[in-house]
Amino acid sequence: MSTATTYRTCPRSGLQFESQAEKLMLANAVAAVVFLLIGGILAIGIVLTRWPAVHWLEADTFYQVLTAHGIDMLIFWIIFFEIAVLYFCSSTLLRCRLATPKIAWLAFALMVIGAVVNNVAVFQGGSSVMMTSYVPMMAAPSFYLGLILFAVGALIGCFVFLGTLVVAKREKTYQGSVPLVTFGAITACIIAVFTIVSGAIILVPTYLLSLGVIEHVDALIYRTIWWAFGHSSQQINVAAHISIWYAVAAIAFGAKPMSERVSRGAFLLYILFLQLASAHHLLADPGMSTEWKVVNTSYFMYFAVLASMIHGLTIPGAMEVAQRAKGYNKGLFEWLRKAPWGNPTFSGVFISIIGFGFLGGISGVMMGTEQLNMIIHNTIYVPGHFHATVVIGTTLSFMALTYFLIPVLFKREMINPGLARWQPYLFGFSMYFFCLVMMGAGTLGVSRRHWDMAFSGNALAYEWPGAAYLMMGLVGIAGIAAIIGGAIYIWITVGSLLWGKRLDSGAPAKEPTPIPLQIPSSVAVQSYGSMGFAAPGTFVLAMVFLVSFVLYYFINWKYLSTLWGLS
Amino acid sequence: MSAILPPAERLWWKHPLDRVEGTWIAIAFVWCMIMFFMMIYWHAYGKQNLSTETYKTTPELFATKAQAMVDQYTVRTETDQQMPVVAPPAGSDVYMIARLWSFWPILELEKDQTYRLHLTSMDYNHGFSLQPANINIQVVPGYEHVITVTPNQSGQFSVVCNEYCGIGHHMMVGRIYVK
Repeated sequence: MSTATTYRTCPRSGLQFESQAEKLMLANAVAAVVFLLIGGILAIGIVLTRWPAVHWLEADTFYQVLTAHGIDMLIFWIIFFEIAVLYFCSSTLLRCRLATPKIAWLAFALMVIGAVVNNVAVFQGGSSVMMTSYVPMMAAPSFYLGLILFAVGALIGCFVFLGTLVVAKREKTYQGSVPLVTFGAITACIIAVFTIVSGAIILVPTYLLSLGVIEHVDALIYRTIWWAFGHSSQQINVAAHISIWYAVAAIAFGAKPMSERVSRGAFLLYILFLQLASAHHLLADPGMSTEWKVVNTSYFMYFAVLASMIHGLTIPGAMEVAQRAKGYNKGLFEWLRKAPWGNPTFSGVFISIIGFGFLGGISGVMMGTEQLNMIIHNTIYVPGHFHATVVIGTTLSFMALTYFLIPVLFKREMINPGLARWQPYLFGFSMYFFCLVMMGAGTLGVSRRHWDMAFSGNALAYEWPGAAYLMMGLVGIAGIAAIIGGAIYIWITVGSLLWGKRLDSGAPAKEPTPIPLQIPSSVAVQSYGSMGFAAPGTFVLAMVFLVSFVLYYFINWKYLSTLWGLS
Repeated sequence: MSAILPPAERLWWKHPLDRVEGTWIAIAFVWCMIMFFMMIYWHAYGKQNLSTETYKTTPELFATKAQAMVDQYTVRTETDQQMPVVAPPAGSDVYMIARLWSFWPILELEKDQTYRLHLTSMDYNHGFSLQPANINIQVVPGYEHVITVTPNQSGQFSVVCNEYCGIGHHMMVGRIYVK
């Protein structure tokens, strides 16, 4: 099939972009940033209301803003960006044309319409049901319709990605296996299909319920299936941002995976076990058996945690090996000290890896332990955890990737590179602190999704300890700092797109240039590392991680053992 | 040569494992197994395991049982709403209704005694967040969850609703006394 399209090779990165795919990536990325902007503005209202001394918004506005913030950030910003990432990992990395570009535009249109319809429903009021929209609390029909349209669009986008893989294979634009990053994107796509189908299974009946076509959706069945959508959508992010980490390690250092087998095996474990984690949300529920909870909440037997611990080692490990090969070989950490800390693409990813592991990973396993869940269920510990995974993990990785894409995909010179240098530090570290103080307040029991921790006017009001008020005040301060960091990202991205100096895009060609055959380098005798370890520094970091993990895990069991007896 | 290019070795899956990776995988695997068996261990030897005893119920059915307990064991009332304070005997079935936007009634329990606490919601999802003990349980409409509780401290405890349940959510607080 001949298609009227062109291919250009970016002179700065050597990446080859097909013109249709490029436009679609740009459109999806821009839509993503627009929803990040909306979500970020809404975040101001949330943190300034939960900061007890400020307590800014009225209750109804607060719940409305919180609903919109959750959906705009967790669904719209992230999934629009992920569709762009999927197109990048197929069409660009495999150097082929995008399959069915017209259908890809249809997918984009459905997603935009869905996102707008959903936002309008929330801002009209009457749909302040939170992102989870647990029945029998009902939103306006257009709330569900918007989500369904968006999901259908995203599903089509997934199939365009899969179709593009077929195009590359058939047109022989590469030889052997797909790159590791594409393999990670395939993982994300498989998880996305599962996620979206689960969402359809429960949101379609709920939409019909809101229209009055059917009379009843069971509250517990809703929760069970909804979480197969709600939690799994965050697992798409994990697979996507870990792929980005591998990509950035390759881009910033020319690092190659320590072992393809290990990294791909870890992605395979995600495909097999990661979805079980939606059980995390049902541990404090009636109905489910203990066996069901234990098997599912542990991703069978923590095999997905094993996979994450593997990625957590192999990505910095690959960076270390690449740096040592370049001669940064002194001691344990010269490779890290001499890393390009001034390059926001690298620093963003590194801050993301550390924060995702130490804050998001450890807290996630703790709270996903069947019994330990009782000490944090529905407390503000939960948003503390998922801001570490989704914001530090996913959003910060996406930001870091954007800094790479501005000259490469947008073909613009970045405005304010000095500001961009600092952005990952400001955003990343204020989010670290934000997550820590939220988890602190949650450990004291403070509720999530709650307008007034003082329970003003209630005769039975509970008085939280002073430390809880202090922590929530710090949540407000850290939140504002993070929002400023986010605003800088949007300023740089949008500003570069609008006013950045145009860069040479590379001459268009009618045909793609296939990826040349990779010649295995005759493996040199390993001249770096110590004790037979190619990456001793990373191993030390991994052991620090393990010790923190073990200590924190057992501290919480100790805490649990002091509670009322429950059986 | 890199993660964004096809693997150079066609038979990449035959590439030997690096020592640092092999060691880490072994350590991580052991830790994963410890965490998995920790949950099972706690079911055998720990004292804090959430019951899974659950029945389907309706608001009418549950309210009747709760009312019977209140009629029989009310010791006094509190607040302007004349909220009954109920002191059922140790070992008995006690009921707490979650509804927009209160927990009803107030319970008075004895320390180190065991009770079968029945929870349900009359309307939306609610959260049973016992403070400052910090025990958090989901309350789902249509389902009666029976939890065996043994208070180990005396004092005044609050039950905060920590599942968003509409505009009065932040006003929803109940109370349990332990003597």
